[in-house]
Amino acid sequence: MSMINYASREINCKLVYYGPGLGGKTTNLEHIYGKVSPNTRGKMISLATETERTLFFDFLPVDLGTIRGFKTRFHLYTVPGQVYYNASRKLILKGVDGIVFVADSQIERMEANVESMQNLYDNMAEYGYDLTKIQFVIQYNKRDLPNAAPVRELQEALNPGWPIEERARQKVTPDPVHVGHNLVEKIDTQWIGRAPYSEAVAIRGDGVFDTLKAVSKMVLKTLS
Amino acid sequence: MAGAASWSFSENDFQQIQAQLQAFLRESNARCALLVDRAGQLVATVGEAPQFDSTAFASLTAADFSANDQLARMIGENEFASLVHQGEKESMFLADVAKRVILVVLFDQRTTLGLVKLKGKRAVQKLTQAFEEMFKGVGAGPAAPQKGVLEGAEDEIDKLFG
Repeated sequence: MSMINYASREINCKLVYYGPGLGGKTTNLEHIYGKVSPNTRGKMISLATETERTLFFDFLPVDLGTIRGFKTRFHLYTVPGQVYYNASRKLILKGVDGIVFVADSQIERMEANVESMQNLYDNMAEYGYDLTKIQFVIQYNKRDLPNAAPVRELQEALNPGWPIEERARQKVTPDPVHVGHNLVEKIDTQWIGRAPYSEAVAIRGDGVFDTLKAVSKMVLKTLS
Repeated sequence: MAGAASWSFSENDFQQIQAQLQAFLRESNARCALLVDRAGQLVATVGEAPQFDSTAFASLTAADFSANDQLARMIGENEFASLVHQGEKESMFLADVAKRVILVVLFDQRTTLGLVKLKGKRAVQKLTQAFEEMFKGVGAGPAAPQKGVLEGAEDEIDKLFG
């Protein structure tokens, strides 16, 4: 739920990093925190257990620049990935403008990824939000690991596409990042849309800002 | 609904809200009042400038309030319309406004919880009226989506993200 304050000329948007436990959501935020100038970011808040597992959420406010005289301020949240914490995870989705699903590329985590994606759909639906219509990107993390599944397999499991019914959106839309792929295309007689994806090694910072930029841009474009 | 709609307020709305909060502070003798939306964004601050990070404070307030909402439901209540966190010197009173915003009052020994609650109730009524007025015209939902605030700014957005 972006909030526009005409008095202070600010646009505030909420982004949530979702995904299975130990997938790298907090690592994404920590990297952003470490790289962004202290002038353009606030304090990072982590509500974690003694063993550094996210208990409720991590929070990091970041200013991404000024557009039309409005300061664009993004509030980044992570959710606890462990299945056990669903009640608190759901609370964080309230008022979300954009979602980054951080998938763990390791082949052994495929089931955990799918379960978490289903959980995201369910929790969004409980708020009356439609995941296929919200600004949503998928980040395939841990691409450096030897047991990382091929992106094609991850795409098939997590981003197989959803039907596009609105006529206005039924046009071939190339993926600006992955040449030769389309975000919206017609397969047989059905128009299908997929979420943009990025590849990352969050612990090294690879792909972290690409993901953040992609989702922030999509959120701001909904206001244009 | 595709997702959460955006909402906005004009300078007039902002001034009206600020004036109401200032009146409340005078009557209650509290130190500071903040308005935070349910998604964790700070809407307004009035009174003594907080010495802490108010952005982080706002996100924690929303999480606190939401968690308590769920706890209320678990014990068979619809909601806890207000919450109190009492410290040795500093205390907080939180109250729901129009189901969309949270009024947070910081107070110390210069006043009492009773007075803050009493005056807070009236302030919440007035703020609820003001916010409902702002949200009017879009049914039960939030304020009109602000599609268009960045209309025609696609190039600027592209440029910002390189």
